Amino acid sequence: MERSTVLIAVLAALVAALGLVPKFTLAFGVPITAQSLGIMMCGTVLGAKRGGAAALLFIVLTLAGLPLLAGGRGGLGLLSGPSVGFIIGFPLAAFVTGWVMERVQTNVLTSSFIASFMGGVVALYIPGVIGMALILDKSLMAAFGLVSAFVIGDLVKVVICGFVTQAIYRAQPEKVLSRS
Amino acid sequence: MLTLTSPQKTIFHKISASQKLLALCVLSTALFQVGSLFILSGLIFTVMALYLAQGWSFARFGARMLWPLWPFVAIIALYHGVTNDIETGGEIILRMLIAVALANLVTMTTTLNDMIDVLMRLLRPLNWFGVSTKPVAITIALFIRFIPTLIDRSITMLAALRARSAGKSGWRIIVPLTLSVLNDAEHVANALRARGGVGTKDTG
Repeated sequence: MERSTVLIAVLAALVAALGLVPKFTLAFGVPITAQSLGIMMCGTVLGAKRGGAAALLFIVLTLAGLPLLAGGRGGLGLLSGPSVGFIIGFPLAAFVTGWVMERVQTNVLTSSFIASFMGGVVALYIPGVIGMALILDKSLMAAFGLVSAFVIGDLVKVVICGFVTQAIYRAQPEKVLSRS
Repeated sequence: MLTLTSPQKTIFHKISASQKLLALCVLSTALFQVGSLFILSGLIFTVMALYLAQGWSFARFGARMLWPLWPFVAIIALYHGVTNDIETGGEIILRMLIAVALANLVTMTTTLNDMIDVLMRLLRPLNWFGVSTKPVAITIALFIRFIPTLIDRSITMLAALRARSAGKSGWRIIVPLTLSVLNDAEHVANALRARGGVGTKDTG
């Protein structure tokens, strides 16, 4: 119990730190924040329940007033803005990533790719696009068009998440709870 | 640690957090039923007046919190400018700005502690079903405590990387950062257990 509690807290804090550390610019100049990478890692490292809880903790405290979202954003205004679906989607994304990770029992690298794609892209963009369509009063396709540029960055993060999870698993396999 | 609460005391600081949150829910829901550009314009001026009545620096802080919305405002303005449906575009933009500004007003005038209190009160019914909310409180406290620690550590690791590597990308710190965090978690969990655990059982 203590272990779960602390792991949830520190992984949530890791998501916050990844959002505040600037300049994770990749080779071909896509400026991306590592925050959604952190969300994927919650799932691949902690598994569905604990990973989802870590992402939920991060989002709840951000809404409560900590400026933890990349770019120093936070507060209740996020729930009224166009990104509301992505905000709500964070815990869902971490949960789905963990859920897939626990079930796709190939090697850690492949499982992480599949899991973080299903969670960090599919499960995140569905509520994200719906929320944006509702707030901006546009069709789902138009809303998807607005965010499609970010999909590339998230696909890059899926790849990084796979390699990072594999590296953690190689160094300390018992730390990857989705596998134990 | 820095929060989004305004250091300047306003009349809204005196209203209880739960009342403000309730009012925000009601107002935000009502706002989405309003379909008249005229009423929405009136509302945005009311909201602006509410901010300005708290002083110039408070209003500027509020405006800065709305700034991340500008790409959406620009896109909607462009879209509805092209389709020549400026009235609908204006309604969408105003409604969004009013809703976010009202929510920000609650955030700016409520301390983090008060917000967490409301959260814990909302979770209290769980206790009736035998689910303890004590671990939630401890998790929140640990989370807040770990944020500055991890930010400091990532800055140190980035500096160490930059000093030794020609590349500029920082993603290489993610693996050691995560491993160090997972190790910390182990130590903290042991320390917690040694001091009586997170309080799921009543140990007195």
